[in-house]
Amino acid sequence: MELRRDVFQAIADPTRRAIITLVALQAMTPSAIAEHFDSTRQTISRHIRILTECDLLRQEHSGREIHYHLNALKMKEIADFIEPFRQMWDNRFNKLESIMKNYKRKK
Amino acid sequence: MELKTKVDAEAGKQELFITRDFDLPVELVFRAYVEPDILEQWMGTKVLKLDCRRHGSFEFETTDPRGGKFRLNGTIHEFETNQKITRTFEMEGGPAGITLEFLEFQHLTNETSRLRIHTIFRSVSLRDELLKLPFAWGLSMAHNKLEEVMKGTQQR
Repeated sequence: MELRRDVFQAIADPTRRAIITLVALQAMTPSAIAEHFDSTRQTISRHIRILTECDLLRQEHSGREIHYHLNALKMKEIADFIEPFRQMWDNRFNKLESIMKNYKRKK
Repeated sequence: MELKTKVDAEAGKQELFITRDFDLPVELVFRAYVEPDILEQWMGTKVLKLDCRRHGSFEFETTDPRGGKFRLNGTIHEFETNQKITRTFEMEGGPAGITLEFLEFQHLTNETSRLRIHTIFRSVSLRDELLKLPFAWGLSMAHNKLEEVMKGTQQR
């Protein structure tokens, strides 16, 4: 799995996390998203752009309107990132298990 | 398939849980933690000191794949055979600082057992530093729409 570092920077920001949570509920236009925040429209647009560049959000064109929706697959990739840490412990414990199974047989 | 080893790290918390079910009686899992020659094998570390008792301490030396050596050490606060070890843990020069670990060894059946490690970090950021995650957050959205979306993704 390849994840660019900037994906993590993208979701480390609380405003961008809030945007993701909003858009997870339903696809939204940039102005509908901006209404939820005190920041300027410009600031929110910049956050949306970063999320789109990381492929966390995707654009849907309907007529003149652009709706942003969440790329759930990408979100899952991110959630899976804890996996290497889990894997490390899984490997260690598998080893422990096989060592102790042999140990038991010897006794 | 149910995973044998689970890691739970909720967003914004300075703790971490590792849970593992073993096809081993609890006595054998505990033994793997207290006998230096066994611990060396599965932890992949050299045991310099392992004094398993209340007020005892330990020191390990690990060699990373590049040949660099680093030491791990800690002090044991509670020690109950086949039940629990409470200890501090420090990876010298590591990113996570000094942590407090509660290891609970649980008898399930005569042939199976569970180990639960509850680790407490000094701060949320030190924990996330260890996990290399700004997004333990991603795992903690229980009862949230986003989690449903992600579950849907997994089932596909």
